[in-house]
Amino acid sequence: MNSIRHAIRPEQIRELILVLIIFAAILFFGSQIENYYQPRTFTRIASSVAILVVVAVGQTLVVLMRNIDLSVGSIVGFTAYFVGQTVVNNSDMSPLMIVLLAIMMGAALGLINGLVIAYGRVPAIITTLGTLAIYRSLLVQFSDAQTIITSALPEWLVNLPQVNAFVIGELEIHLIVLIALVIVVLFQFVVLYLPWGRRLYAIGSNPDAAAMSGLPVTRMTVSAYTLCGALCGLAGFLFLARFGNITVVAAQGMELQVIAAVVVGGVNIFGGSGSMLGTLLGTVLIATLEQSLLRWRIVSEFWRDALLGLLILLAVAADSVILSRLQALWARGEIEQIQAGDPQPVETARVS
Amino acid sequence: MARKLLNWEILLLFILIVVILINVNLSPFYLGLNNQINLFHLSIEKIIVALTMTLVIINAEIDLSVASVMGLAACVLAYMHAQGQPFGLALAVSLLVGAGAGAFNGFWVAYARLPSLVVTLAGLIGYRGLALVLLEDGSIGDFPEWFDALGQQGVWGPFPLGLLLFLAGVIIVWVLLQQSAVGRYIYVIGNSAEVARYSGVNVRRVKMTLFTVSGFVAALAGILLAARLGAVRGSTAAGFELDIITMVLLGGVSIFGGSGTLTGVALAILIILNLRNGLSLVNISGNTQTGIIGLLLILSVLLPNWLQSAQKWWGRDRALEEQTSQ
Repeated sequence: MNSIRHAIRPEQIRELILVLIIFAAILFFGSQIENYYQPRTFTRIASSVAILVVVAVGQTLVVLMRNIDLSVGSIVGFTAYFVGQTVVNNSDMSPLMIVLLAIMMGAALGLINGLVIAYGRVPAIITTLGTLAIYRSLLVQFSDAQTIITSALPEWLVNLPQVNAFVIGELEIHLIVLIALVIVVLFQFVVLYLPWGRRLYAIGSNPDAAAMSGLPVTRMTVSAYTLCGALCGLAGFLFLARFGNITVVAAQGMELQVIAAVVVGGVNIFGGSGSMLGTLLGTVLIATLEQSLLRWRIVSEFWRDALLGLLILLAVAADSVILSRLQALWARGEIEQIQAGDPQPVETARVS
Repeated sequence: MARKLLNWEILLLFILIVVILINVNLSPFYLGLNNQINLFHLSIEKIIVALTMTLVIINAEIDLSVASVMGLAACVLAYMHAQGQPFGLALAVSLLVGAGAGAFNGFWVAYARLPSLVVTLAGLIGYRGLALVLLEDGSIGDFPEWFDALGQQGVWGPFPLGLLLFLAGVIIVWVLLQQSAVGRYIYVIGNSAEVARYSGVNVRRVKMTLFTVSGFVAALAGILLAARLGAVRGSTAAGFELDIITMVLLGGVSIFGGSGTLTGVALAILIILNLRNGLSLVNISGNTQTGIIGLLLILSVLLPNWLQSAQKWWGRDRALEEQTSQ
């Protein structure tokens, strides 16, 4: 028992269970849908994960510190549209400039959220509920309800989603999938090892205590929201590349999917625990269900949202029932160990 | 605290008067009875649900699923009607489905102690999903004539049924919240569920009841919406939660629970309705109106915060002066 306890933490068991559920889902759909086990299926799932997970990583940063960002869908739509418009009007812009423009645009919108929340002391849910509406209406206002169409975009941008980073057998890993994975890994390191990342957990666990122990809570809030916005900007660019046709309702409702992915991935909605790996797994599970239900004949594709709602509920309920018991078990084991005069487990005491 | 709330309501009243004065200048027909009824009528479903949302938020919870429950109830009604069931039965079942959806939320919040933000987010997605399962991408209309008339015409003079229900709702919620023991419980739980529990309040039962009522009222509003529009789609009432929550928060109800009054919410409802009506008079599109209301929502919390900081700053200055003069 002790050896298991040292090797693995309750949160990791949770991630393991999530991996098992994903495999179970794939096996299930594989037995139901003809020709399911084709590289194309997984390429399609991966492409739909790619955009969602970039936003979900940003959302995780914010949720870890006991905040929430409901405006992500509007930011993605906003940047996708206006970056698209800029590209259409200046077709000789370099790709790097365009990506940077998207990131800056998203970061600016995120910065506004952060400033209002941190310095205006307006609760995050109110601020981002407001900016959800404001950013979207700015988009409608300044676009004159015009649509960005694929044929007006430069060739390289339209072809970007089909560019492969590398190919394993028949399985193609697209460049945008690779970008998304790099971002997940990068931010997993940020939240695990960088002081900035550790502070997110400290603030999320107890904002008052964090403020009293001298953590710069206001500055952290601003920087987390700005980063979240920047990631939404990048996702907006990917959205533009993948779909090409951008209307004013682009990415509307994405905030729900993203928050669902984050919650299913085991990030506590009240902050202080969770990881980027969990967020990735949550996104993969949701994308797998979505893409597979589309092809499952027995059940209409309209069951998708009903199942998604149930899934979120189950994930959170399982969290509160199973995870808290496991954590209690782990903690009890630790106390027994300390009482037995073996104060070794420094590793398990880390905040996560 | 009481003084601050009073100030807030006076501020709302002031804004309301300004909005109405501007609107009266814009159009001579503005204050006519028909326009005033119409102004309520166009958002009647939202403002009815805002009443129960007030109770839920004062109780320190939130119900994001109301718009989806409205849609689900309307879809159940339309689906059963299209299947040839008697209309009365369809009405009863759709109200029951609403109450059931609310009770389902309530169970997870009150008994499993899950955060209502997540539970009702799951409801927002899930109930909308069920509505889509029933109607897929179709649309069902052809309701009995009396039903459409109920939603579109006056039942008592020029007053439509929805408006009468809303007025009755205002009185019921006011008595409940401001004059009854249940109302005190709602405030106490909102301030601290822990303290309420130790003082012998049955927190679970209160929360469970509130969510069930919230679902039931949302279903009622969904049925009214079906009657007013004359047809139902899977996406009926989608996104209404934003407007509803905005009305409540603009009314000075704290998102953390425990404070706020129905008077404030009623004033906020009047402001939003008049503002939308006025903006329509000067040809500003519905989308921009939503943006303006989003801005109003943020400002409604931002400005009092700044005011408070400024007051504190002044107070500190004066306290220092007094100290030095002594």
